[in-house]
Amino acid sequence: MQAFTRLTGVAVPIDLPNVDTDRIIPARFLRRERDEPEYATFLFHDVRFNADGLEKADFILNQRRYRGARIVVAAENFGCGSSREAAVWVLAAYGFRAVIAPSLGDIFHQNCFKNGVLPVILPADVVAGLRAHIHAQPGAALTVDLQPQTVSTAGGASHRFEVDPFRKEMLLAGRDEIGLTLGFETKIREFEARHAREMAWVVPPRAGA
Amino acid sequence: MFEKIWTRHVVAEGPGGHVLLYVDRHLLHEGTTAAFTRLARSGRRVRRPDLSFATADHYVRTAPGSPVPDDEIRTMVEGLGRHTVLQGITYFGVGDPRRGIVHVMGPEQGLTVPGITLVCGDSHTATHGAFGALAFGIGSSEVEHVMVTQTLWQKRPRTMRITVDGRLAPGVDAKDVILAIIAKIGAGGGVGHAIEYAGSGIRAMSMDERMTVCNMSIEGGARAGMIAPDDTTFAYVEGRPLAPRGAAWRHALAFWKTLPSDPGAVFDREVALVAGEIAPTVTWGTSPQDALPITARVPDPADVGETGRRESMVRALAYMGLRPGTPLAEIAVNRVFIGSCTNSRLDDLRAAARVAKGRRAVVPAWVVPGSGLIKRAAEQEGLDQIFLEAGFEWRESGCSMCVGMNGETAREGERVASTSNRNFEGRQGKGARTHLMSPAMAAAAAVTGRLTDVRTLRT
Repeated sequence: MQAFTRLTGVAVPIDLPNVDTDRIIPARFLRRERDEPEYATFLFHDVRFNADGLEKADFILNQRRYRGARIVVAAENFGCGSSREAAVWVLAAYGFRAVIAPSLGDIFHQNCFKNGVLPVILPADVVAGLRAHIHAQPGAALTVDLQPQTVSTAGGASHRFEVDPFRKEMLLAGRDEIGLTLGFETKIREFEARHAREMAWVVPPRAGA
Repeated sequence: MFEKIWTRHVVAEGPGGHVLLYVDRHLLHEGTTAAFTRLARSGRRVRRPDLSFATADHYVRTAPGSPVPDDEIRTMVEGLGRHTVLQGITYFGVGDPRRGIVHVMGPEQGLTVPGITLVCGDSHTATHGAFGALAFGIGSSEVEHVMVTQTLWQKRPRTMRITVDGRLAPGVDAKDVILAIIAKIGAGGGVGHAIEYAGSGIRAMSMDERMTVCNMSIEGGARAGMIAPDDTTFAYVEGRPLAPRGAAWRHALAFWKTLPSDPGAVFDREVALVAGEIAPTVTWGTSPQDALPITARVPDPADVGETGRRESMVRALAYMGLRPGTPLAEIAVNRVFIGSCTNSRLDDLRAAARVAKGRRAVVPAWVVPGSGLIKRAAEQEGLDQIFLEAGFEWRESGCSMCVGMNGETAREGERVASTSNRNFEGRQGKGARTHLMSPAMAAAAAVTGRLTDVRTLRT
């Protein structure tokens, strides 16, 4: 996994609450491979492009000043709905490395950590303030710094966010979670032995043909 | 109850309040193929194939007699079959009557039992919480992690108890209850929480109904939703093919009876609803929280003070092609979909058939049973004949028009009365407009061609 340490980049405000993962990547693209060159075009596809494949001028990512945005500043419950990890893959394919919101869909939130994308939760008024700041200065950059846990504007306003220390370490190191867990093999074996004694019924019988 | 199950499954304590949580059941479907591919590439194996079970539901077609359509989907479904054989995982594939929607198959086979942890790469995994299990949806990376280690790093969620006391009015069912709950707490209300549904209104429900309630926990933002196991639960589980038997059953039962929350249990948040006040409910917008009694009118954004909320309502109404003030019961529909992991079980099909019986569908109406076994059981009761005589289409099992990834979608601008779980923009096809409701309400919409208060139709 790609590590996340510090990122300065153009931030795009997405004001709509409850942006679901179907909107982030429509279901018909879920069978596509994430290393396809056009993968990034699936991001927000149906609200970003017209039926003829041309960009919709009013969609925010299509506005000149937000080209090359790296940070999403969203509203409540961004990434709700389906568990599709492709919602994070497609954001990352486009170039996004951080999502700032008052709250995120629980599964999306976890999926971000697995893909080197930093989810940042800040109070609703702070996030609304950041969106207002960007709207006032389209194309303005934000800096997200994971070690000190801060989001700051070019003007200097800085907001500290909370992040789980476990996830923080994993992101800073770009560490593979499966590799980490395999280090707990002895503990898992011990657990399985105890579990088999205490809850012997938990292993189902073999299914018939 | 959450506490009791959680504590039993902690393998190790990690940093920052994370624990390594053991997984008792891992359910897989053909959308999981990417994780299998990464697993194969890494040269690793599934640690506990005996705790992993697969079926094909998301991509298979449900047209009568043709379960797999194009080559690409055939490759996907066959790929799942191949991976499960390589890894020694039980797979209920195409042609097996046990094949069905993964959240229907698990309980039906007796894989879903109280007191266990169960995960699946699908957000509607909370369905299994109806049995008093801790069940939640996971992403593709987590799927691979469970395959290799049979564990997940998890942080303890907050707890919320939603109590529904009293009796449901006639014409009101579990779908109306969960839509009313989501309307009350909001689509993000349960974020970071595991929900326990309680109260006499929940206790009185069948397992099929309880699954409908737990299924849509994620639409209220919660990854897990659960109901304490009781005699209804035990009666459902006993004798299922993969449920514990003999001495194992007796040991399990003794443990399961200890699971319900203690009388003094404290929850981080409590919410209460009065069952008798819940009406047949439909959604009007593009979030499951946009739900109102069928007797209401399309709301007016002008009445909403908060700017963000007002703007998203304007957007939702534009997408849905609705004008404020229109009575919901006057909205004409183009099609009807009865199915999905929310509402495709026998109780659901019976409720829809009661309404369809002796009437005639005036718009295309699909009935998609949740599994091959449910299809068979429904046919034994003659439900298929009722639907067919009423002009409904009786199809093979699968996710069908709920997921929009298998080619079974509504056309742009079409309005669908649907028993599924999401009315998001584009969910049932690009530009398709979804109204969520119960199976009885969907059948009522099919025979009248508009959103209809099922209580106005004699059954």
